[in-house]
Amino acid sequence: MAARMIPGQTAEIAGPKKAFVIPKPEVAASLIKRAKRPLLVVGSKAVETQTMDGDLIDTAIRLHNTGRLQVVATAHIVGEFMKRGAEGIHSMQMMNLGDRLRDPDWRGLDGEGAYDLVAFAGTLYYLEWLVESGLKSFAQDLTTISLSRSYQPNANWSLGTMKADKWKEVIDVIVKSITEDN
Amino acid sequence: MSKKDLKLKIDEFSSAVGSFKGVEIEIGRIYDDSWEEPMGPTPFPSVGTLRNWDRKLLDRYKPFYMPFCDLCCLCTFGKCDLTGDKRGACGITMAAQQSRIVLLACCIGASTHCAHARHMLDHLMEEFGREAPIEVALNTNVEAPNIRLVCGIKPNTLRDLEDALDYVETQLVQLVAAAHTGQEGDNIDFESKAFHAGMLDHVAMEVADIEQITTLGMPKGIPDAPMTELGFGCIDPNKAVIMCIGHNVLPSVDIIDYLMENDLFGEVEIGGLCCTAHDNSRYNTRAKVIGPISWQLRYLRSGIPDLIVVDEQCIRTDILIEAKKLGVPVIATSEKSMLGLPNRTHDPPDNIVADLVEGKAPGALIIEPKKVGEVAVKTVLGVAPTRKDYKPLSGDDIQEMAEHCRNCEECVRACPNNLPIMEAVQQAAEGNFELLGDIYPACVGCGRCESACPENMPLITFFNKGAEERIANEKFPMRVGRGAVQDVEIREVGRGIVFGEIPGVVALVGCANYPKGGIDVAKIAEEFLNRRFIVVATGCAAMDLAMIRDEEGQNLYERYPGNFDAGGLINIGSCVSNAHITGAAIKIANIFAKRPLRANYEEIADYVYNRVGAVGVAWGAMSQKAASIASGCWRLGIPVVVGPHGAKYRRNLLGRKEKDEDWMTYDARTGEEVYTGPVPEHLFYAAETAEEAIVMIAKLVMRPNDTTKGRAVKLSHYIDLHKKYYGTMPDDLQYFVRREADIPFTMKNEILEYLKEKGWVEDKIAIPDPTLLDRMVRRRE
Repeated sequence: MAARMIPGQTAEIAGPKKAFVIPKPEVAASLIKRAKRPLLVVGSKAVETQTMDGDLIDTAIRLHNTGRLQVVATAHIVGEFMKRGAEGIHSMQMMNLGDRLRDPDWRGLDGEGAYDLVAFAGTLYYLEWLVESGLKSFAQDLTTISLSRSYQPNANWSLGTMKADKWKEVIDVIVKSITEDN
Repeated sequence: MSKKDLKLKIDEFSSAVGSFKGVEIEIGRIYDDSWEEPMGPTPFPSVGTLRNWDRKLLDRYKPFYMPFCDLCCLCTFGKCDLTGDKRGACGITMAAQQSRIVLLACCIGASTHCAHARHMLDHLMEEFGREAPIEVALNTNVEAPNIRLVCGIKPNTLRDLEDALDYVETQLVQLVAAAHTGQEGDNIDFESKAFHAGMLDHVAMEVADIEQITTLGMPKGIPDAPMTELGFGCIDPNKAVIMCIGHNVLPSVDIIDYLMENDLFGEVEIGGLCCTAHDNSRYNTRAKVIGPISWQLRYLRSGIPDLIVVDEQCIRTDILIEAKKLGVPVIATSEKSMLGLPNRTHDPPDNIVADLVEGKAPGALIIEPKKVGEVAVKTVLGVAPTRKDYKPLSGDDIQEMAEHCRNCEECVRACPNNLPIMEAVQQAAEGNFELLGDIYPACVGCGRCESACPENMPLITFFNKGAEERIANEKFPMRVGRGAVQDVEIREVGRGIVFGEIPGVVALVGCANYPKGGIDVAKIAEEFLNRRFIVVATGCAAMDLAMIRDEEGQNLYERYPGNFDAGGLINIGSCVSNAHITGAAIKIANIFAKRPLRANYEEIADYVYNRVGAVGVAWGAMSQKAASIASGCWRLGIPVVVGPHGAKYRRNLLGRKEKDEDWMTYDARTGEEVYTGPVPEHLFYAAETAEEAIVMIAKLVMRPNDTTKGRAVKLSHYIDLHKKYYGTMPDDLQYFVRREADIPFTMKNEILEYLKEKGWVEDKIAIPDPTLLDRMVRRRE
C-alpha cells in the first residue's frame, strides 16, 4: 500500500507503543466488520477532505447506510449530515466522546452498550493524536483505527502516510469491502 | 493591614543598668491591622489548605488525560515508559505524570508573572517610594480582591504588595518541590497543587497591574478609556521605528519619556508587540500596538523596525538572528532574557549608541530602564538613515526561490495547522502569490515551516509578500486597557449576573495559537456582544478581536461601549490585567452579595461557582502563563474553554452530564442535598471549532442559582446558537430545563414536545440556595 510510518506532523512521534500500519485496505475493513460494536468518528475536517464519493461526509453516509457501524459527528458538523438527508447520525464533541470512550461503563451513543472498536476520520490531526493517546493509556480494551491520510501513532491501527489520491482509493476499497458484504 | 520593619540602632546609651555601645535591634515586621473586617478562615493558604475544595471540584470534573508524551525523562532512572498501567522507576503512573507536568506548567506561568511583578515592584518602590499609596480604580474600595481574598491583607502602599509577593514566592517553591522525583504520587493531589499555582498567579498578576496602574498613570478603570491604533498599517515607515517586544513595560516607559522630553515623537515611532504594547498604550496613546506576540516573526520580516527592544516573556529566542537579517541592533533589558549579549548597563550611553549604530555589536544588555530610554532613541535615530534602502524580498526573488521547492511536504508537516504551504510555494514558482496571501491570516507565525524546509526558504516572508496589500491596510482602533472593573459597576450589574438576567460574562484572553486565525476570536466576541453578554478581553485576544470591520467599516471597539454592562466590550489590558477579571467575579460575591472577603477563599469560590455565569475563553492558549491563568479560574469555579491546540495542555476537566449523582448540591436553607443538573457542565474544555466553542460557552454560563427568567434567557441563547451552528436542537435540554417556566416563551411548544420524548419530569432539578460547602448550610431539617 506504500504507506509510511511517519506522522502527519513532524514532532508528533509516540512512545514505545505505536500503531501498526494497516498493510492493505481489506484489513481495515475486516477489523471493522469483525467488531461487535464499531463506531466511526467523523471530525470537523470531513467537509474539506475529498473522497471518491465527494467528501468524507458523503463517504461516512455511505458507510452509515450499511448499518454495520454507528457514525458520530464531532464538533458542529452533524448539520452537514442532516443537510444531505442522513438520519441517525450521532453528534458528540471530541472531548466529550474521548472522555466517555475511556469509561468501560458507558453505554454508548445509543445506550445499547460499550463500543469495542472506534475508527477516526476527517479529524484535526493533532486532536485525534491526543484523544488516541488518552485511549491508548486509559481504554486499553478498546481498539482504535485511524483512517487518516497521515500515520497516527497512538491508534492501535493506522493507515499510514500516503498521497491524497492513493488515500482516496484506499478509503473507497474499505467502504466497498464493508458495503459488499452487507 | 500594613507591615513595617522596625530597626533601632543605639550608638551609645548610658543608664542605671549600664552603658551600651553599638546596639542594634531589628524586628522583622509590625502588623498594623486597620482593616475592620475580621480575618477569614484561610489567610495565606498553604499548599494543602484548600485541598478539600479542590477535590470537590475534581470529583465532578474528572481529568481526561491525553498524554503528550508516553515517557518520563525527568530523572536518570529513565526514560520510563508509562503507557497504559505501567509505572515508572519511582512508581509514578501515567495519570500522575500528566498532572505533574500540568503542575510544572502552572508553576512556570505563575513564577513568570511573579518575577515580573517583583522586578517592577523593586524598581517602582525605588522610584516612587515604598510608602506610595496604591490607587487602582475610580469609585472603588475593594482595590485588590485577589490579594484580600487569598492573603487576608488589605494593601495600602507599594510596600504592602511586597507581602503578597513574598507569600507567592514561598508557595511556588513548595509546589515545584512537590514535582521532584519521589514526592507527590497522586494525580488528583497534583491537580490540586496546579489549582494552587493558578490561584497564586492571580495574586501575582494583581500585584503587577496595581503597581503599574498606581505609579505609571495608566487608566484607573475608566469605561471610556482612550483609543489607540493597532496593526501594521498604523506604523509610519518614514519615521525611525523602535519595536518593543514582550510584557514588562518599564524599559518602554523610559523610551516614551525620553521621546516626550526631547520632543522626538515626530521623528520616532514606537510600536509594540503583545503586552508591552498594551501597557505602552495604557501609558501613552502615542505608542502604537502592532499586534500579538506570536506573529513577531511576521512583523520583523516586514522590515519595519530599525531597532528591537526586548524585555521578557514570549519573545523569540532567535531574535538576534532575525535582527541580523534586518541589519538592526537588539537591546535586551531583562536578566531573564540576556540573549548572550554583553552587559553594558554601566557603560556611558553614547559609547553604547556608537557601537550599535556602527554595527560593532549586534546588541547590548542594559538592565537600567532609564538608560534604555536614552540609548534606544539615540540608536534608532542613528540606525534608521542607514536602513532607508532596505527592501524586503521582491516578487521576483520569491518566485526564483520557490522554483527550488523539492515537493517534500516537510513544511506542511511542520505546520501546527497543516496549512497548504507547499502548494502555495508551487503556485508562487509560477508567479501566483494568491495562496501565499491566503495562508497569511491563518498562519500562527511560529516559523516551523522555515526550519523544516531543506531549501531554507524564508516562508514567513513569502506569506507577507502574498498579503502585501492586506498588511498595508492593517490599521484598527483599539480602546486601551482600562484595568479593573469599578465597584460601582459591580453594584449595578451584580444582580443581573447572579440571577441570570445578564446572560453571562465571556472573558476572551490568552495567546494567538489559533487553529484558523484570529478572526475566530472576533467572531466569538461579536456573537456574544450581539446577545448582550458582557465581553471582557485581555492580551493578544483583545488585539485580535479588533481586526475585523463590519460593512460600515467599524470594528467591535467602535461599535460597543467599554463599560462593564450587558453588551459592553471591555479591554481590561495586558496579561497581568487578567487578575481584574477574577477580581470582578470575586467582587460580585463581596460587594453585591456582601459575602465576607477577607481570607475566605472557599466561600467566595463556592459563590462564584454556583452563581456567577462567567466563562473564560483562551482560544489561542499557548503558554505556561495561559495554563496558570486558567488554573486560577478553575479554583475559583470559573470554567475555561480553549481552542483545539489547548488540548495539548494534556488534560481536560470534564463533567458527565448524564451521571445524576455527580451533580448533587446542598441547599443552604435546609441542608438537604439536591440534584441541580450539570451546571456548569465542564471546568476545562477544548473545543474543536469556533462554532462548537460558541455553543459550549452559551451552555457553560448556566448556574444552579439562575432564576427561571435568567435560565430562560440563557436557554434561549443556547438553543438558538445550537440551531445556528449545529443545525439542530440540542439533545440535552432535559438536563437544563428545571421547570416549565424555564422554557423560553417563543420555543415552548417545540421544547415541551422534545422534553416529553426524553421523559423529562418537572422539578427533578432543584433550584436551591446552592452550595458545595457543608459549613454554609444555615439550618438543617
